[in-house]
This record gives sequence, structure tokens and C-alpha cells, in this order.
Amino acid sequence: MASERFAPVSSKSAIACRGLGKMWGAGTPRAQEALRDIDLEIAAGEFVVLLGPSGCGKSTLLYLIAGLEAASSGRIWFFSDLVEGPSPERSLIFQETSLFPWLNVWQNVSFGLSIRGIGLTERKEAARQALQRVGLAEAIDKRPDELSGGMRQRVAVARALAMRPKALLMDEPFAALDVQTRAKMQDFLCDVWRDSGASVLFVTHHIDEAVALADRVVVFTARPGRIKSVLPIDLPRPRDLFSPEAERLRLQLTRLLQDEVDRAFAEQEALAAS
Amino acid sequence: MDIAPPRAPAAGVFSPARLPSLEFTSRLWARTRQAMPRLLWSCLSLALFAGIWEGCWALGWSDPKLLPPPHVFLGNIVEQAKFFNTVSRWQVGVGQDAGPSPPMAVLYTILATTGRVVAGLVIAATLAISTGVLIRYFALFERLTLPVVTLLAPVSPIAWLPIAIFLFGIGNRPAIFMVVIALLFHMVLATINQIENVNRNLINVARTMGASKRQTYLRVIIPAILPQLFVVLRFNLFGAWMVVLVAEATGVGYGLGQVIMLGRNTFNPSLVFFTIVLIGVLGFTFDWAMRLLQRKLLYWVPQGAESLRGL
Repeated sequence: MASERFAPVSSKSAIACRGLGKMWGAGTPRAQEALRDIDLEIAAGEFVVLLGPSGCGKSTLLYLIAGLEAASSGRIWFFSDLVEGPSPERSLIFQETSLFPWLNVWQNVSFGLSIRGIGLTERKEAARQALQRVGLAEAIDKRPDELSGGMRQRVAVARALAMRPKALLMDEPFAALDVQTRAKMQDFLCDVWRDSGASVLFVTHHIDEAVALADRVVVFTARPGRIKSVLPIDLPRPRDLFSPEAERLRLQLTRLLQDEVDRAFAEQEALAAS
Repeated sequence: MDIAPPRAPAAGVFSPARLPSLEFTSRLWARTRQAMPRLLWSCLSLALFAGIWEGCWALGWSDPKLLPPPHVFLGNIVEQAKFFNTVSRWQVGVGQDAGPSPPMAVLYTILATTGRVVAGLVIAATLAISTGVLIRYFALFERLTLPVVTLLAPVSPIAWLPIAIFLFGIGNRPAIFMVVIALLFHMVLATINQIENVNRNLINVARTMGASKRQTYLRVIIPAILPQLFVVLRFNLFGAWMVVLVAEATGVGYGLGQVIMLGRNTFNPSLVFFTIVLIGVLGFTFDWAMRLLQRKLLYWVPQGAESLRGL
């Protein structure tokens, strides 16, 4: 492929998507186009939020970048390599609990290291360090079912950090948490992101969350998901979410999203009626 | 751990928490008190059932020769125990009084039947889980074996009884074979079903962490399916008990099934009812032991609404 589109990307970007598309169930009568023509670059150490109505394909994009699903068209580069499968350098964090219930906290955190055959003492030490970074050093010997929802997500982040990822891919990780815990977790995530230096790609449908976290917000259209617009958020950190500037950005994002939510609704209703 | 010699506690400072044995007793008491209502209801339920039976007998509505009430068939345990004999009496040179004493013979009989069930369960579970995993792991193995398993699953285990005797003759082996056959095909299908229902996120985490297919199966899929398979095993336990009795009644020298058959052939309903009580108590104890095992082995599964209904 020598076309202009597929030219190698600049070495500055951590993740680069070119002409990315995904068709679920391609070739069957129930085929559904989830993503179309995604061109997106994420710089090393950048925090990007993907914002869009439910079912617009933003989670699909995350799975493609993680290498867990193959794209139907287009390509993804991670630094200078083409993405062809999953890698510990691109850790995915899920909406629901994804801890192994039969392992305790430190065994969960060091799961990836044990897959690599690293010895017990070294593993436990790495788990201890990773748990310290998420503020859960005292929970090292606990079992997942003894932790609250927020703590479990922090353990999942520690598990990702233990692999020293260059990118954290987060699929609505705080959606199942209550509002107070969610605010705490956003602060926590900002700290982790600053310390780790990794790029973060964060999927949400909450405008507040986007304004609180992002360097850049990528707004998606309704299905099939395309990039509608990209909005930089250049508020200083730590952020004052009640400043007039933050209020203006929220309003701007709400307007951008409104049409798409309406369209997604209309489509769902048409689907239900047919 | 305080190994130093116990000092006398300050006057007036006596708390039960300081004495581990006392603490343990109080905890035990609390648990007993918690279990009390359930235990009482169980006893009441049994008493009601036995009472109605005894009432029918007292009023002369039921023939004691056909339906002897509980106080008759449980009243003379020593007499009943005489019919339990683990010696092969049909063999030449074996006399009437040969073999263990009657109480020991009852024990041997119970142990023999229980042993067959346990052996069958262990073999069936091991075979079923490995077959199920292999079917999902190797597509070729699936294509070659799954149709056969699916076809054989609905066949009643009783239909296998002649095969068991043709293949294994008389003894422990046909009875164990019957238990294995009764469980195997269902458990293979259950294993496959459970593998399909493993939380995708767990598998995706393992893949992201760089786990190979083999590692994903060993470290994620197999631990994830074990709790549900244990429940399947417990539900099939009663089936295993039924099948082992049938096998013993026809193909084995001794066992609880053989005693039931003896009761039938000698027109001794008391013996049959006595054996039924034994089997009931055994089956219940067995299920309780399995639940205990489940709690120990599968410590991560939340305890709750999976206890045997009513008890």
C-alpha cells in the first residue's frame, strides 16, 4: 500500500489510526457497520477522551486498538509497529470487574508477570509496588470480593500498571460506580496518568468526565461511528470544574453531542418499529 | 500467640474474649442458634410424616405386612442387620454364619456402595472435564466426538446395564461403570456450555497480558468453570445414587441395592424400608459433605442460595 493515507506516521504519536473501519458480522444479513473512516492520532503521554452516544462504536475502537478484534479496513500503528494482536503495552481496563475471583489481590496484579514465568518473590514485590501506586498497599492479601467497586477498579489499574504499559485503554471504567466514588476515581486516575507517563484513551458518554480528564475530546457520531469533531480542553490542572471556562466547554460538548443522541434515538425507535 | 505463663487477670477485668476456648464455644453456640429453626422444622417435617404413617397403622387403615410403620422397621435394627452379609454365600463351602458380624456387615455394605459412588463421581468428573476442554480446545476433536456425545446423552443409564455386565461381569467395576456412564455425557455437555459462558473480560485480560491459548485455558477458563461444574456434579449425585442401586441389585455380590433386592425376593417390606432410610440418610450426608468440599475448594464462590432445598 503506497497510497498517501497509509504512509508511515510521525514518530511523535503513540497510537495512529488510518482509515479504520469495523463491520460486525460482515457477509451476513445482520451485518452492522460499527465504525467508518476513523483517522486519529494520539501523542505519547496524551489523555484523550472518546465521547459519543451509546452504541456509537467507541468501545469497538478501543478493542481494535487493544488488538483484541481485527479491523475490517484501515490500519493501526502503535509507535512504529502495526497492531496485529493484543500486547501488555496496551492495557485495556473494562467497565465491569475483570479481576480473577479465585486469585487474591496481589496474585491478580502480578498475573501478567506469572504468565511470563517470573519468580514468586519478584512478582510479589512488583505487585506491592503497583498497589502502592494506586494507594492500596494494605489490600495486598485481600480477595476481590472483599473490596468495594472503586477499590476493584484501582486493583485493575494496578494490574495494568504492573506491565509498564505505554497506553491505557479504558472502556467506561467508572460507569458502574456512584457519583462520589467516580469523582474520587477521576482524581486518582489523573495522578496515575501523570506518574506513569502513559497515553490514556478513555471512553465515556459523560460530558462532565470528559471535561474533568481530557487533553482532547474526540466526539463521535451515532452509528456508524465517525469522528464528528475534536475539541482540545486546555484548562490548567488540577481543574476547577465550576469555572466559567469549564461551563462553556460543557455547553459546547452538549451541543455537539445533542444531534447525535437524537439521531441514535430515532434510529433505535425505527429499529424497534420495524 | 501468648506462650508466657498466664498471669492472673486484674480483678474485675474478666472478658470471655480473652479465653480462646470460651470465644470458640460462644461462636459455636451462635451458629447452633442460627441453625436451630431450620433444624426444628426439619424434625417437625419428619415427625409429621412418620406420625401420619403411624396413625394409619394404629387406625388399622394400612396393612402392617405391606406397609410396616417406622417403629416396626426401625425398632429392631439387630434383626434387620442380619440380612446384611458381605460374604459370597452362593459359593461352595461358605456356611450360614460365615462373614462379619451383622453390625459390621451393615457398615461394610454402606461403605461398599458409597465407595462405588465416590469412585464413579471422581472418574466421571475427571473424564468429563478433560473431554469437554479438549472438545473446545481442538476443533478437529470437537467435530469427531461432539455428535456422539450429543447422541448418547439422552440415553437412560439403565440401558447400559447389560453392557456393564457383559464388559465387567460381576463386582465393583460394573457398578462404577454405571455411575460414570450416568454422569459422563451430561457433564461433558455442561463443561462445553460453561466454557462458552466464561466472562469474556477475563479471557481478554489474559490475552492482553500475553497469555497463550494453553495458558488461557489452564489459568482462566478451567478455574472459571469449576464452580458451576461442581453444582452440576451435586445435582447429578442423586442420579448416581439411583444408578448404583440398580447396578448392585443385578450385577454385584453385595451392597444396598442387593439388600433391597433380597427384601423384594423374600417379601420383607421392613427390610426394604430400613434400607430406604439408610439410603436417604446417606444421600443427605453425601450432599452435605459435597457442600463442605465446595466451600473449601471453591472458596471464591459466594455462599448462599445453593443449599439443599428444605434442609
